[in-house]
Amino acid sequence: MSGFPSNEKALGMYKKMYEIRSYEEKIYYLFLEGIMPGTIHQSHGQEACAVGMLYDLRKSDWMATTHRPAGHDLAKGVSLRSMMCEMFGKAEGCDGGVGGAMHTGDISVGAMVANAIVGADIPIAAGAALAFKMRGEDNVVVCFFGDGATNEGSYHETLNAAGLWKLPVVFVCENNLYSATTSIKLTCIQENVAADRASVYGIPSEVVDGNDVVAVNEAATRAIARARSGEGPTVLELKTYRHGGHSRNDACGYRPKEEEEEWFSRDPVKLFRARLIENGVATDEELEQIETSIDDLVEEEVEYAENAPFPPLDAAVKNVYWEGE
Amino acid sequence: MAVISVAEALKRAIEAEMAKDDSVYCVGEDEDIPGGMGGAFTVTKGLADKFGFERVINTPISEIMIAGVCVGSAMNGMKPVADLQYGDFLFCMMDQLCNQAAKMCYMSNGHVHVPMVMRCPIGATHRGAQHAQSLESYFVHVPGLKVVCPSNAYDAKGMMISAIEDPDPVIFFEHKLLYGSSRNEAGSIDATSEVPDEEYKVPFGKAALRTEGNDITVVANLLMTHRAVAAAENLKKEGIGLEVIDARSLVPFDYDTVLESLEKTGKLLIVHEDNYRLGWGAQLASYIAENAITLLDAPISRVATPDTPIPFSPPLEEHVIPSIARIEEAARKLAAL
Repeated sequence: MSGFPSNEKALGMYKKMYEIRSYEEKIYYLFLEGIMPGTIHQSHGQEACAVGMLYDLRKSDWMATTHRPAGHDLAKGVSLRSMMCEMFGKAEGCDGGVGGAMHTGDISVGAMVANAIVGADIPIAAGAALAFKMRGEDNVVVCFFGDGATNEGSYHETLNAAGLWKLPVVFVCENNLYSATTSIKLTCIQENVAADRASVYGIPSEVVDGNDVVAVNEAATRAIARARSGEGPTVLELKTYRHGGHSRNDACGYRPKEEEEEWFSRDPVKLFRARLIENGVATDEELEQIETSIDDLVEEEVEYAENAPFPPLDAAVKNVYWEGE
Repeated sequence: MAVISVAEALKRAIEAEMAKDDSVYCVGEDEDIPGGMGGAFTVTKGLADKFGFERVINTPISEIMIAGVCVGSAMNGMKPVADLQYGDFLFCMMDQLCNQAAKMCYMSNGHVHVPMVMRCPIGATHRGAQHAQSLESYFVHVPGLKVVCPSNAYDAKGMMISAIEDPDPVIFFEHKLLYGSSRNEAGSIDATSEVPDEEYKVPFGKAALRTEGNDITVVANLLMTHRAVAAAENLKKEGIGLEVIDARSLVPFDYDTVLESLEKTGKLLIVHEDNYRLGWGAQLASYIAENAITLLDAPISRVATPDTPIPFSPPLEEHVIPSIARIEEAARKLAAL
């Protein structure tokens, strides 16, 4: 650990982590109450990955994500309101209600449409990075995927090409140990499923504690600098853990209780909160105030989204082909 | 104005677009390797001399990556023109085409779009079942994709320019027997045309009348357009007039030109090299049955490859791919009704 971020940055990262936590927990309850349509793939427990990776990105940098996108989108700057409205399928959603929970994003802040096909965002992220490189821009692409995606052909085909072409992309595997309900140990012989398979493609990698936002942010800084300076891609494997199931109605019967307890004791939000107090960044009371105001904001956005109008029905057949700016 | 081949026309279109717009680039396997062929059928040969290997990208044999890179770069302001070598390899990248390219504009509520061209050589040419298929129908089915198939050099240039400038993903089918490239294909036919030197567009969604006739409307594409025209010539001697319409663009499809012709002929014959079952002609047939059955004086007839993979042995291949004789036979039957 080379150092702790400035007070301002540390507090900024905590606020974003807490916002993701508050958002995901609220959505979980809305589903339990049967208020929200669709399905959910939640990211609480993985907040340090999202915030650590994306906190220092420029707006002009792009981010690609998966069916578990909420943390990434919020950390990249997609608005809480447009996210919540999308969850309810409302017109003011970031995709106008057409995309839904697995396709959130907002390209105006560099958040690409989230991708619900495992591994499919990987070559697309490389393509976006190629565009930056061909135009001589120094923007980068941060590409998230899960442990399961490392068994997809798209991962290997893309790593081979991206390493060869030195594309400005950071490949980020959030290894939460389970591909849906299957332990990654049942499907991979490697301990580090992404990192151990990066070197063969000439790509450097790091294995990082994905529940430690400072550690993630430091690794991100190194990888982003490499990409931006034209040295090519890096693979970061962030070890983390879902607090919820793979999707709605998943009680995680496949995860040993001791394993869950061990990981839950290393809750990334609580860990970082304790360090903020320990480092004198904020007091317990000050953090409570921040948390309450974020919780209130999330509540307000839920109320707003619930009352917001659905899209007009003809939105269902629009944008099949591009209709212009 | 010069008489040139389809392969040359495609090259000139791509070259003109690359010269005009820095965001246009070529990508694919063996795209322009010094000493190589220039794709599988010479279209991209020599482009790297003019534009460099940064814009004529030779890739690993990684179809998912190629298609995904096209999608991602297109979303980020580029206009990739990918070469599939053989359309059959489309199956290796179906997710990227059907789940990604086709749906990005929709899922983002129109905030992004995907201007990419997939160049797909198709058609049976004595290469066996996996380098032979006519694959248009798979893509005709997918909302979000455009599907075109020029049958001569004039259309090839004009439609390629339209495709590159189109804001959406275009699956661009090229027939191996129509290229007229230096890579001689047994059974090739002359698809050269007079092609203007300057840029022009052949718009999508517009069919082309190839021969006029009063008795039967024949709708065909690619190689089958040429065979239908040959059949029309032969049947003229028997007093049967075929009006051959080259579909050219399958999505969007020009139903109006077909309807207009049917008002005159009252009989419809559809010819394609794609398999019979749910080939693109099935959509046309059902559209006409649904919307214009009163124009018909006889049942709709279809000539297509039977529902079998493509065999290698030349006589067997010839047996399954619709021939001029089969088109004539179907037309004679229809004329007699």
